[in-house]
Amino acid sequence: MEFYRSHVLICGGTGCHSSGSSDIREVFQTELKKNHLENEVLLVQTGCFGLCEVGPVVIVYPEGAFYSRITKEDVPRIVSEHLLKGRIVTDLLYHDSIHEDDAIKSLDEVNFYKKQKRLALRNCGVIDPEKIEEYIAFDGYKALGKVLTEMTPEETIELIKASGLRGRGGAGFPTGLKWDFTAKAKGDKKYVCCNADEGDPGAFMDRSVLEGDPHCVLEAMAIAGYAVGADQGYIYVRAEYPIAVKRLTIAIAQARQMGLLGKNIFGTNFSFDIELRLGAGAFVCGEETALLASIEGKRGEPRPRPSLPAVKGVFGKPTLLNNVETYANIPQIILNGPEWFRSIGTEKSKGTKVFALGRKIVNTGLVEVPMGTTLREIIYEIGGGIPGGKEFKAAQTGGPSGGCIPAEHLDTPIDYDSLSEIGSMMGSGGLIVMDNDNCMVDIARFFLDFTVDESCGKCPPCRIGTKRMLEILDRITKGQGEEGDIEKLETLGKNIKASALCGLGQTAPNPILSTIRYFREEYEAHIRDKKCPAGVCQALLQIVIQADLCRGCGLCVKVCPTVAISGERKSPYVIDQNKCIKCGACLEKCPFKAIVKG
Amino acid sequence: MKSLQELEQIKQKTLDSVSLRKDRAGGIRIVVGMGTCGIAAGARPVLMSFLEEVQKRNLRDVTITQTGCIGVCRLEPMVEVTRPGEEKVTYVKMTAEKAKRVISEHIVNGKIVNEYTIGAAE
Ligand SMILES: Cc1cc2nc3c(=O)[nH]c(=O)nc-3n(C[C@H](O)[C@H](O)[C@H](O)COP(=O)(O)O)c2cc1C
Ligand code: SF4
Repeated sequence: MEFYRSHVLICGGTGCHSSGSSDIREVFQTELKKNHLENEVLLVQTGCFGLCEVGPVVIVYPEGAFYSRITKEDVPRIVSEHLLKGRIVTDLLYHDSIHEDDAIKSLDEVNFYKKQKRLALRNCGVIDPEKIEEYIAFDGYKALGKVLTEMTPEETIELIKASGLRGRGGAGFPTGLKWDFTAKAKGDKKYVCCNADEGDPGAFMDRSVLEGDPHCVLEAMAIAGYAVGADQGYIYVRAEYPIAVKRLTIAIAQARQMGLLGKNIFGTNFSFDIELRLGAGAFVCGEETALLASIEGKRGEPRPRPSLPAVKGVFGKPTLLNNVETYANIPQIILNGPEWFRSIGTEKSKGTKVFALGRKIVNTGLVEVPMGTTLREIIYEIGGGIPGGKEFKAAQTGGPSGGCIPAEHLDTPIDYDSLSEIGSMMGSGGLIVMDNDNCMVDIARFFLDFTVDESCGKCPPCRIGTKRMLEILDRITKGQGEEGDIEKLETLGKNIKASALCGLGQTAPNPILSTIRYFREEYEAHIRDKKCPAGVCQALLQIVIQADLCRGCGLCVKVCPTVAISGERKSPYVIDQNKCIKCGACLEKCPFKAIVKG
Repeated sequence: MKSLQELEQIKQKTLDSVSLRKDRAGGIRIVVGMGTCGIAAGARPVLMSFLEEVQKRNLRDVTITQTGCIGVCRLEPMVEVTRPGEEKVTYVKMTAEKAKRVISEHIVNGKIVNEYTIGAAE
């Protein structure tokens, strides 16, 4: 490999990609040529750095200068100042990455990264995901080599069991135990599958791993194949993830070429290959029986399951299914040992978890923290708090299957068990932050709307039950709620949970039940007082003119599109609530701020 | 892939190029002054010569960076070399040829090329 004195890492994750990182790469290429630096400076397109909020992000080594929100126009300056003359362009640096005296902090010192522990994401933003050599340079495929040449399948399973790793796809099932079941199942042919369906709206950690470090998933699947006795793997990835699909395709081809997939890997008699299966992106296809059916080319519908996939999975053969992030932890557990992994996290949840921070948070993006980190640390120390200094109201974890966490639980150490205790769940790791401008009834409605849409319709409790719940919520947000609606929602919710066929239906009522649990008074305000305390539900909003502030100028009358305002000049005007469509035009126009939402 | 050794070879071959991306404390640092004065005095060929030598000799753990004006414009091109645990050495009025000697004597063998240093010039 050539020696380059400087490496320019450009984030090529989906977030930065859509904010223009590929254009930036091109401009870098031309500018480097122009300054004759192309043989000294290496351009590297990496996976996600996590700080999507300030993307596109560019990091220049060896200085470790962290440039944020870079535009094409900034590139010539970075090249001519920093790369040619060695003067870091301080005004383009991420604000939290410099000390007061302008010296550059190392990445571990930046608040966003300080409390993070990047295991699953360790290579994301560090290596070029399209070069297998770079993965190998960071100890890639060494765990596979070690397992194949030094360990038996049984020892491998024991090691994973001892690490305490639990599935990151949602349910938190002990991974080693699952491997053991599959290994012990009888069958001449077995399969290893990877769930990369990632259907939770607002979650993108699996995508980031696949985009930033595809080889670690391939390596882990091969290790799993050796442990359970499988020679074929499938990765089920949604077609809506084109960059992930492209990098996986490249990675598989490179691994085959190097003989890290295929026949007689590491000179042993173990053979393993992996194929991609593209999903059409239905949420229910992430459910394991539906996913396995879809891999077979059948309709992605859940099946009633008398037997586990470990016994009867793809094509009726024993099948191991794990999530992307679960796999991403495997190689390091093998290399560093189970004790190392057990030393991170809480008593019953070991290791780290990746969360996708979204909505009302300063640093939207991807963070990985040890299990047991509190919500407060994630939101305030890593996430940078809530924009505009607003007050935290609740966080939703687990997406459409999870629930909300109110402010009183901000200091709960987060792990699988503590989250279910407070009525939510880990889920895949979506973490949506809400402030006082968010209406909890509306949030519950948003998630239920999603599940009603995504329900496959196979079983009545989910197909009809969730629809009924949505109708009730709709009524409540429109001001037509009735006494007894809350109790109806609770009963329906309990019944659906108990009778739906698959996890989608069984968890669909969770967002509603948990918002009722913590914000019952907000539901009551909608139903009894016909008010939305957060001012979100349009139908419950009233726009009123405060008589004592109104000077009777008449400007509002002119802008109202529905002629809802009437009155005499020079005396207070009034709004006819029956005609008002709550467009807010008058509110903006009033020079005396006499018109308010209430 | 036949063996762990083969994997290790690929790793070693690539390691030098990616180790730049880790925050490192150790290692030898060569800093070339590349302010306008430095470039005008011929700092680019000096930098290129360092790069070439490092690559040719396959030197590990050497970081080459540039910085702005080091401060004594009449002595440019200037280069600072820091070996772990040792005082910084400043070389002045550098050329591509002198750079080669600094690499072979100071970087490889740890012997400061006294005649090029700022002390000798003043
Ligand atoms: C409706 C529904 C959607 C799911 N979506 C996903 C998904 O997108 N990704 C995922 O890994 N697991 C998903 N799961 C969980 C999987 O069924 C399964 O438990 C998981 O992939 C097992 O891997 P793990 O043990 O490594 O977590 C979903 C489950 C349900 C019920
Ligand atoms: S619970 Fe919903 S998604 Fe699952 S099988 Fe029944 S209808 Fe389909």
